[in-house]
Amino acid sequence: MKTKGAERGAFDFRRLINREDNIGQLLLITAAVFVVMAALSPEKFLRFYNFESISFVFPELGLLSIAIMVAMLTGGIDLSIIGIANLAGVLAGVLFHRLAPGASASLGLNAVAGGIALALAVGVVAGALNGFLIAKLRITPILATLGTSQVYSGLALVMTGGPAIVGFPAGWNFIGNGKVAGVAAPFLIFLVLAAGVSFILSRTAFGAKLMLIGANPKAAVFAGLDTERVVFQSYVLTGVLASVAGLILSGRTNAAKSDYGASYLLEAVLIAVLGGTNPAGGRGTVLGVSIAVLALMLLSSGFQILRFSNFLIDFIWGGFLLLVIAINVMRNRR
Amino acid sequence: MTLSLLRRPEAIVAVALLLAMVIIGLVNPAFWSLDNQFGLLRSNVVIGIMALGVLLVMISGGIDVSFPAFAVAAMYLTVKGMVQFNYTGVALPFVAATLIGLILGAFNAFCIRAFRMIPLIVTLGTASVVRGLLLGLVGTSTINVDKMPPQLIDFGKTDIVNLTLADGSRYGLTAMILIYAALALAVHLALRYTMIGRSLYAFGGAPEAAARVGFDTRKTLLFAYCAAGALAGFAGLLHSSMIWLANPRDFVGFELDVIAAVVLGGASIFGGKGSVLGTLLGVFLLVMIKNSLIIMHIDTTWQQVVVGLVIIAATTLTAWRDRMRVA
Repeated sequence: MKTKGAERGAFDFRRLINREDNIGQLLLITAAVFVVMAALSPEKFLRFYNFESISFVFPELGLLSIAIMVAMLTGGIDLSIIGIANLAGVLAGVLFHRLAPGASASLGLNAVAGGIALALAVGVVAGALNGFLIAKLRITPILATLGTSQVYSGLALVMTGGPAIVGFPAGWNFIGNGKVAGVAAPFLIFLVLAAGVSFILSRTAFGAKLMLIGANPKAAVFAGLDTERVVFQSYVLTGVLASVAGLILSGRTNAAKSDYGASYLLEAVLIAVLGGTNPAGGRGTVLGVSIAVLALMLLSSGFQILRFSNFLIDFIWGGFLLLVIAINVMRNRR
Repeated sequence: MTLSLLRRPEAIVAVALLLAMVIIGLVNPAFWSLDNQFGLLRSNVVIGIMALGVLLVMISGGIDVSFPAFAVAAMYLTVKGMVQFNYTGVALPFVAATLIGLILGAFNAFCIRAFRMIPLIVTLGTASVVRGLLLGLVGTSTINVDKMPPQLIDFGKTDIVNLTLADGSRYGLTAMILIYAALALAVHLALRYTMIGRSLYAFGGAPEAAARVGFDTRKTLLFAYCAAGALAGFAGLLHSSMIWLANPRDFVGFELDVIAAVVLGGASIFGGKGSVLGTLLGVFLLVMIKNSLIIMHIDTTWQQVVVGLVIIAATTLTAWRDRMRVA
């Protein structure tokens, strides 16, 4: 079974691609998407405005994808990231409405700072609860986060009673809509956090332990690693990244709701896998995930410009996921 | 004897169920009215039939989040076809819906087997593909009661018993509960007494060992996902005949409830464990908790939180139990 591909001996072009490092392949896919879209609709796709709007939408999905990747590094998954993101946005919105009932949109920077602190605290607490259930109580990540995702979005629903919370302060909206030196503010936040996570994963003891636990959990235990603590911390990190995504999302749309961005979960999983993350653990890079987000952003903006139905875009995302999985399997069988 | 009975995983669910019933009954005695009980049983049918399929997948050590998409595809395509051709029968459409589910399930099994990919990610992908195709190519508009084939509605209306309330309004116990019971019995017998059923437990417990002792594991996997798809397709059409409309966006997020119910029923996500009896109890417990919030005067916005907490409690209990076994 394992040697089937080798027996066939076809597909020589695969040797061109370095298997260990799929960044090259990803860049190739991204460039291909770019060229095809640019060829199909040059006057619309190549406009500056198109790329600018991508740089505003990119960060929230990018952060959620990195969050999922961090969970996947230990062979887990976090299905509650959307719930965490929405709960962070909703709680901040509730805080603003409590601080200035009826005039929340005119609140100053102090209130915004308080909102940010609250949103990040949601990420820490929610991530810690996930980590506690998974690392300490040893519940399977899928089931634990399935349960907590219900609790988090449920709490957001209880807070809002259904409709979206609107009227965020201007300072808050700047996080999602503003520009710093001509560059989208959310994009800058993404760059800083992506660089930070990349540093943590590749240059710190915590990152090395995380990779080791994912690659071989038994060996990690025998090597004397405190698996419980590292896994716990990884879910806190995931939670914080998700809460920042929620902060940016609510800032960009000036609204927070309990069921925003439900389709982001599938997309984040897809991007993480596409970006070379091994869902069984032990492998994944921030760079790979970031390029994958870019590829899919270009793809979906291209399809939107070509006036594809949104539902068919869902189909394409799903089909793309299965295709990428299939390609990875073919390559690994060699 | 009594001790070994209590040790069975179903016992925990049964005790939890009885406890919850007593508490809800104390808060509002209306819970015990036949009217309410019949309503609860009715709400069990569709989610229960889907849960039987998920049970099979989970015993085999997998997970399936695509069955609601399959159910909605089978339902919408079948009803649309019936309307298109003015078809008046009922049996054939149910066969068609089951087959649609079965074929889609086979696709799941193929992807999981051929790509050796985690079932969660494969089924996330297939769910998105099926929902996207259905809404993008087939249609987005709900088929309402005035367009629905009347035979289908009549079928869904069939009652076993019919009673009249004091105020003159009538209520009954739906006959669909018999279909649910028959399917549950069939799955139970298949798991208990057939080679393919035993191979599910063997494969879920230890895939390599199952292959070595000679089980055709490809067939096992195919059976689990096809059965899950087929049951979902059937349940999808049954659902539309019971609520008198076919909505192509139905069942969004339904997978969480069904998986929660199956886990409540004692099935292990690692495979090799789970029973039909436990699943029936788990489904009843979940449906009862969800539907009784109103009776207990709790705002329905809390529903999601309560379901989440129930999942966490149940999984904590099973994780703890599994560790005790090992220790």
